[in-house]
Amino acid sequence: MSKHHDELVEKSPRQSASGESGFSRRGFLRTTGATTSAIGTTALLTEDEAIAAQGAGMGPGAVPITLNINGKDQKLTVEPRVTLLDACRNNLDLTGAKRVCDRGTCGACTMIMNGKVVYACTVLAIDAQGKKIQTIEGLAAEGKYHPISQAFVNQDAQQCGYCTPGFVMASKGFLDRNPNPTEEQVLKGLGGNLCRCGTYMGVRKAVLEASKVMKGGKNA
Amino acid sequence: MPNYSWPPMSTRAVMGKSPKRQDGLEKASGRAKYNSDLNKPGMLFTALLHSPYAHARVRSIDTSAAEKLQGVTAVRVMAAAGAEVNWQSQEVAVVAATSEAVARDAVRLIKVDWEVLPHMVKEDDLGKVGNRAKPAGEQVTGDPDKAFKEADVVLDGSYGMPVLTHCCLEPHGQVVEWKGDVVNFWPSTQTVSNVGGDLAKNLELPATQVKVHQDHVGGGFGSKFAADRWGIEGARLSKASGGRPVKVFLDRAAELNIAGNRPSAYAKIKIAAKKDGTITAWDSVSWATGGMGGGGMPPIPYVYTNIPNKRLNHTAVATNGGPLRAWRAPNHPQASYLTCSALEDLAAKLGMDPMVLFAKNVQYAAEARRETYLYQLKKAAELSEWSKLWHRRGDSGSGPVKRGLGIGICTWQGAGHASNCKATIHSDGSVEVELGSQDLGTGTRTIIGQVAAETLGLPLEAVKVKIGDNSYPVSGSSGGSTTVGGVSSSTRIATVNVLEKLFEKVAPSLNSTADKLEARGGKIQVKGDATKSLTWAAACKKLGVQSISDNGTNDQRNPRGLNTAGVAGIQVADVSVDVETGVVKMNRMVAVQDCGLIVNPKLAESQVLGACIMSVCGALMEERVMDAMTGRVLNPEMEFYKLAGIADIGNIVVHMDIREENDKRGIVGLGEPPTVGGVAAIANAVANAIGVRVPSVPLTPDRVLAALEEKRS
Amino acid sequence: MQAFEYASPSTLKEAIGMLSSKWGEVDVLAGGTDLLSLMKEYTHTPKKVVNIKGIKELGGITKSGAGLKIGATVTLDELVSNATIKSEYPSLLEAAMGVSSPQIRNMGTVGGDLCQRPRCWYFRQGFGILGQDKNGTSLVPKGENRFHALFPQAPAYYVNASSLAPALIALGAKVQVAGPNGNREVAVADLFVIPKSNSGRELSLAANEIVTSITVPSARGVKNATYEVRQKQALDWPITTASVALKMKGSTVSSASIILGHVGPTPVQAKAAESMLNGKSLTPDLAAEVGKAAAQGAQPLNGTAYKAQLVRTAVKRALLEALKQRA
Repeated sequence: MSKHHDELVEKSPRQSASGESGFSRRGFLRTTGATTSAIGTTALLTEDEAIAAQGAGMGPGAVPITLNINGKDQKLTVEPRVTLLDACRNNLDLTGAKRVCDRGTCGACTMIMNGKVVYACTVLAIDAQGKKIQTIEGLAAEGKYHPISQAFVNQDAQQCGYCTPGFVMASKGFLDRNPNPTEEQVLKGLGGNLCRCGTYMGVRKAVLEASKVMKGGKNA
Repeated sequence: MPNYSWPPMSTRAVMGKSPKRQDGLEKASGRAKYNSDLNKPGMLFTALLHSPYAHARVRSIDTSAAEKLQGVTAVRVMAAAGAEVNWQSQEVAVVAATSEAVARDAVRLIKVDWEVLPHMVKEDDLGKVGNRAKPAGEQVTGDPDKAFKEADVVLDGSYGMPVLTHCCLEPHGQVVEWKGDVVNFWPSTQTVSNVGGDLAKNLELPATQVKVHQDHVGGGFGSKFAADRWGIEGARLSKASGGRPVKVFLDRAAELNIAGNRPSAYAKIKIAAKKDGTITAWDSVSWATGGMGGGGMPPIPYVYTNIPNKRLNHTAVATNGGPLRAWRAPNHPQASYLTCSALEDLAAKLGMDPMVLFAKNVQYAAEARRETYLYQLKKAAELSEWSKLWHRRGDSGSGPVKRGLGIGICTWQGAGHASNCKATIHSDGSVEVELGSQDLGTGTRTIIGQVAAETLGLPLEAVKVKIGDNSYPVSGSSGGSTTVGGVSSSTRIATVNVLEKLFEKVAPSLNSTADKLEARGGKIQVKGDATKSLTWAAACKKLGVQSISDNGTNDQRNPRGLNTAGVAGIQVADVSVDVETGVVKMNRMVAVQDCGLIVNPKLAESQVLGACIMSVCGALMEERVMDAMTGRVLNPEMEFYKLAGIADIGNIVVHMDIREENDKRGIVGLGEPPTVGGVAAIANAVANAIGVRVPSVPLTPDRVLAALEEKRS
Repeated sequence: MQAFEYASPSTLKEAIGMLSSKWGEVDVLAGGTDLLSLMKEYTHTPKKVVNIKGIKELGGITKSGAGLKIGATVTLDELVSNATIKSEYPSLLEAAMGVSSPQIRNMGTVGGDLCQRPRCWYFRQGFGILGQDKNGTSLVPKGENRFHALFPQAPAYYVNASSLAPALIALGAKVQVAGPNGNREVAVADLFVIPKSNSGRELSLAANEIVTSITVPSARGVKNATYEVRQKQALDWPITTASVALKMKGSTVSSASIILGHVGPTPVQAKAAESMLNGKSLTPDLAAEVGKAAAQGAQPLNGTAYKAQLVRTAVKRALLEALKQRA
């Protein structure tokens, strides 16, 4: 474990919990383990290196980890029991993915990991090290919108919108593998996401629209 | 007196069109911040301790170990020694801590000594509920006994529908910060203007001290009007933690257990009729539960309210379950299901086409809606290919897959709620409208903008809509399909008023008077003489350094024809049932929806589509399963509390009845009516397909196969 | 979730060394789709979690003799993307695709599918694997049991949750297991046992053993199919599954294997039904008769009688599906 990691351990939420007063914005960032500079000083560990580093056992207290999210290394300090979803939402303020069922059923927390859609509520953050994680925040640059997001708006494929980021990410994962889908394939491909407002008719059209706009994923 | 009437249908430039949802990209890009997404500096997390028992008394509670745990800042006991809990998952204590994990660890350190008391959680068999039955007394109209004696045919049916939960995807909860004498409240709510008052009352603070803000809400469906016990305790935890913000959002199990539900409905129904299908009498024994308060009688006979001879007996059944909350069209889906099921069964018994029977008895509907229902039945028949696809009950061919069609009916009021709007025109030409309202996903934001833009002759993008804060003018709760009517009317009035002020300012430069001006196409011009005009920007420049503002109020006693109440609707379901597996597949749902003035047809259609899909869930799979022995909800999650997925809904065809004569009625709410008839339509379609009534929904394989088995034996 | 120590060893030997001989102390993490939920509910409260996804030898699908060797950490998605699975094992393909969430298929592993714990809602609410109250009486028979067993083996009324087990058993697959005392092999059918107590386990594994791979004999010349009755097309648990494997001699069946899923605490072999097929040429009428026989001997709970009909249908339809294959 590097010295840098040791420093992060000292800044873990558990360790700093007794600090009652003086909760500044800076203190907040520190205690939740998010680093102010998103790009870490060390290069991304390969998956194998990450595994080797953990072979001996870590925790149960908070441990420093590095997550490669949307192309950037993010260093944070979490207990092994923290899920990827909660790490993103609570520690990194990446709140596009939602916590709804929290049991790997509804898809509101969908992220793309190493090119495949997963339920982030059911992945341990520590287990996501060394993997390329894409959240909805990484779909388009600031001020821009991904064609899938745009298609969801064009087809009014959302109401309350709480399931929508998960659907958009599930659609992205689906279209990456099926650039020219039939409607039948769309229905099968989005079987891991649920909506309560009832926006599925729009979602079907949106995914088909996005597939045309993305022209086989080239513009994604 | 300015003319507030809606501009004629033919002249509208922004209203009646379907611009995209204004907050759509924000939501679909994950950038929209719901209050459950907030990470405030220094924010604390919480966990609740829930009762494991459906009925028990707290002998003692010891929170000392929890309090000592490092990272815990405060603990609040919600059920103190001596307190009785009446449903499983009722809140016992809540902990605030520096992380979710610590809060949850702390909750597990709280020791409660329970005295377990007897519970009763199941109401499907009225004969077994004992003293939990609270009969509401008999209501008799006309002479039902005589009518039944003289009837050509008597239908005798039993129908049941279980308790459902709202299952909002964003759970109930809030971030709350009680600092000094001000409470900042970021709830997930359907009532931005009122929820602060509810919190203030509970905290014994002046309502003015609670600042409420909410940009987006992840579903409510009638369950998010209160500050909630956990919101109140959240505020106290904040105060006890030195004013740090505290986040309290329910976990999924609690969301399904305690954050509201739709009461069940069961009934034994008898209908007397003539050979030609004319109903002569109705007799129902109904019961329902929605927790310890029981459940009220659904409005049966539904729509056909004027059946001349009626006997109604209803019993509320008190059960140890979480308390009911309003659920999208309270009691109407139940009433429609009970009534339409009995009507369909009557038609089957008479060998009649239910389209004919439903139409024949429209004479018993409210007079104002009769013509509409007849028109809609015809339209629904056309869109569902009824004459081609309908067959006599059970007469559905020899293969294992049986197709069937069924009808459901709805009505709703939906007049606009009380709403206030402040509209401001700035000298740089920018426009703001402010309302203490909320957008539940219905498109409120977009619709307010459309109304303002229409009135001011501007494009939608020129209007900044500000909602979601209780510092804005008070606007009603989003319940009862009242929001679009309410906010559109107040926005119309406010923008007309402020435009009048602008006219006064610019009239001299156009050598005219305010009453002769109009705002169209981004210009202020003299009516009938487009050559005398100023661009919007030029006109606003005349304001100098001043901005002008004015208010508008939707007065429910005098909505000035801008909104009104009362709609009708018909839904037809087309299903295929695999009689070898009991699996019901949706082919198509047709919704013919009466409406008033439609501000945004696309958003309106989305409401109807969503309502149909919710009906598919309720008809086929959704059900809160209670365990008699343990008193627990067995499926407080989303695997066995089943919701339809994208492949489970078939095709949905919406016909909005947008016509000049409907438009003249003004706006009528639309969120709820289309949720009403769908379960009835699907249940009837299944009966038509398989030749037998499945006595209760949801129509799961076990129930469908059991009904088929019963039919065979 | 209770706090735990986390390890991600890169060799099998290391991993085994980290396990405990006592159940409950250490959990093995692969896809996590079941384990994380169990831990969130405090049904599992391990002190240590050993992630085995980093162990190379547990991954991959390779030829093994005439058949296939499927690594325990092969995901369902890898399974359904495999060309041999697609062409030769339609029953496995169908069973895995029945897990109709791409997310679960991307995460969930073949080993995890076999080792996942039952979905019995009494178990999931903390009443133990046998769903018993404080007096040791099962809550299931008198409770809400619509998703429970048609063929219970008292005191076990839950149903085995595996999607793949019926197909694997029908195909004659074996599981390779590694533990501190070396490696062993068991038939997939023998992996599942009735727990000895309410805190017992439903697998014949020791607490310090790991499933390392599954070997499936060649299915060339074996018609095989799975039919799953599920209410929803979107992610939903099957209510009843039938997997069939028919060794053919020309147009007649020389031997048949019919395995039922989600109707008993272990997958159920429909022996009487199997024997009806021997030496016969499969016809739709015979398929229906065999389906009927498969439901014989059922001892339904008060809520599971309907599953007998589902067994009849699932077996019939699986056979008819197999009949369509050229094999």
